[in-house]
Amino acid sequence: MQPDLKLYDYWPYRDRPRIVWPGGARIACWVAPNIDFYELDPPANPYRKPWPRPYPDVSGYSVRDYGNRVGHERQMRLLDRFGIRGSVSLSAALCEHHPEIIAACAERDWEFFSHGIYNTRYTYGLSEEQERAMILDAMDSIEKHTGRRPAGYLAPALSHSEHTMDLFAEAGGVYTCDLFHDDQPTPVRVRGGQRFISIPYSLEMNDTIAYVVNRVEPRRYGGMLRDNFDRLYAEGETSGTVMCIPTHNYQVSCPHRLAALEQALAYITGHDGVWVATGREIAEYFLANYYDCAVADILRKQEAAGVNAA
Amino acid sequence: MSTPPDPACLRYRHRRHGMDHQRYEWSQLHERELVEWPGGARVAFWVNVCVQFFPLNPRGIPFAVPGGMSMPYPDLRHFSLRDYGNRVGIFRMLDTLDRWRIKPTFAVNGAMVERAPYLLSVLRERGDEIVAHGWDMDSPHHGGLTPMEETDLIRRSIDSLEEATGRPVRGWLGPARSESPLTPDLLKEQGIVWFADWVNDEMPYRFHTRAGDLWAMPLPNEIEDRFILMQNLHSEDSWVEQVCDACDFLLREAAESGGRMLSLNLHPWVLGQPHRIARLERALDYVTSQSGVWPTTPEEILRHPSFRA
Repeated sequence: MQPDLKLYDYWPYRDRPRIVWPGGARIACWVAPNIDFYELDPPANPYRKPWPRPYPDVSGYSVRDYGNRVGHERQMRLLDRFGIRGSVSLSAALCEHHPEIIAACAERDWEFFSHGIYNTRYTYGLSEEQERAMILDAMDSIEKHTGRRPAGYLAPALSHSEHTMDLFAEAGGVYTCDLFHDDQPTPVRVRGGQRFISIPYSLEMNDTIAYVVNRVEPRRYGGMLRDNFDRLYAEGETSGTVMCIPTHNYQVSCPHRLAALEQALAYITGHDGVWVATGREIAEYFLANYYDCAVADILRKQEAAGVNAA
Repeated sequence: MSTPPDPACLRYRHRRHGMDHQRYEWSQLHERELVEWPGGARVAFWVNVCVQFFPLNPRGIPFAVPGGMSMPYPDLRHFSLRDYGNRVGIFRMLDTLDRWRIKPTFAVNGAMVERAPYLLSVLRERGDEIVAHGWDMDSPHHGGLTPMEETDLIRRSIDSLEEATGRPVRGWLGPARSESPLTPDLLKEQGIVWFADWVNDEMPYRFHTRAGDLWAMPLPNEIEDRFILMQNLHSEDSWVEQVCDACDFLLREAAESGGRMLSLNLHPWVLGQPHRIARLERALDYVTSQSGVWPTTPEEILRHPSFRA
């Protein structure tokens, strides 16, 4: 174990090269619905218990199944109304379990990025070969079922190893959603030297973190989304920012909660200068236009500060 | 990380179309046949009230249930506060429900029959549907029970309620919604028709057991008074707002998608408090004054042609 995996260098938020998003937009907004499959009876993992209660954990399993049976369609219709294409954080096995959901998202030209095989299979304890096999399996099945190889990765249940980023970049991945260190895309260092970046995905705006961990009221969650947007929108005038709304169809789509997301989306899409995009689109635009100057700026600031870039 | 990697971690035995178990069919709510409630109603409104006994000396096997004792023995503060619900809160709540003409169901722990015969006689007089709620709140069903032990637990819970009310018990809500792998099979074998442990749907659906199908009835955990007030620590006003928002949403959705259900699971030890009961009144006032809301019970819902055996 190491004190820091050195995935990125310190890069202060001030005086960075200015980002301008397509069409002169100052903020890139993306919605990332997690479409998870949790197994009722997963194999034990030595480092993390998939379910708090003994088998069968009816409460935990069934509320997540609710997301796919009831919640997904609701959230999708809501995003349709605002012309938002989701960027799906996908448990790849859902391609086999619920292809109907995949087809509905594909029809809308949504993005699919990898979220492992099942959200009850963790990276913890896997050998490097096993983790590579898991990453490739997920990418292959998503490509097979959607026609496009995923560009992004959110490790299953946010479980990582020291080599997760390296392995995903080696498998052809372009961006990670696993790092919460910034409000703009940043380069991420991988051992193969690939052009690999982090796209802001927000833990703070994540509905499950808000509703389950922080236990906020639905309308307060809507207010937090608006506040988050307001500040990133204002700062985006200096240099383009990224706002992500990570959702779970078993949280946001409950009848007592959907209005909160609806009001926030109406507010956000009612502004000029907002680029409603997918994770892949943001990553590709950043890589094509700003990656090189970001790397140069980081290096210059590290040298100016007397830090030897790793 | 020293444990050698286990090859089972990359084997996926149930990676196939549908669910990873055989209990019910994979089915999205919006794909199903439209349900038309009687009288053109859009939302069927079901209120369930839990009547629970939390023992002072819980074993906590296999887990400590939400709402259970949490201080060193004897945890009189939580014991008596839960008991408050059955002595005081329930009567306050009954007055409220009657005022808004709600016919609730009562999910009653079997142990309550001996502990509060007066309350059971009141429930018997009222004639509302009584739902078996296991033996007590320290008897969650789990895989560590032998099938014989679990059958006995189910039988005792049903028998005590049937004896006290003189009517057959058809519904089941497990303590803490906990189950063993066999619970649905044993419930069906003991004559149960519907149960409400699984929170994966908003309409009734068929749940397979070795003795035939049960109806799984929707009774969401996420909008319960206990979950919102005691676990999330939201304000009472926020609970009302969430119930009203749910009602509005379901009424709108039902206009296009066919009948929907709004089910509230309530606890007299939570909402029966003097400072909270007015919030229940406000929520009931709002929901029952919306046109298109049909206050009803599982018994009536399961007589509907869409859900008949």
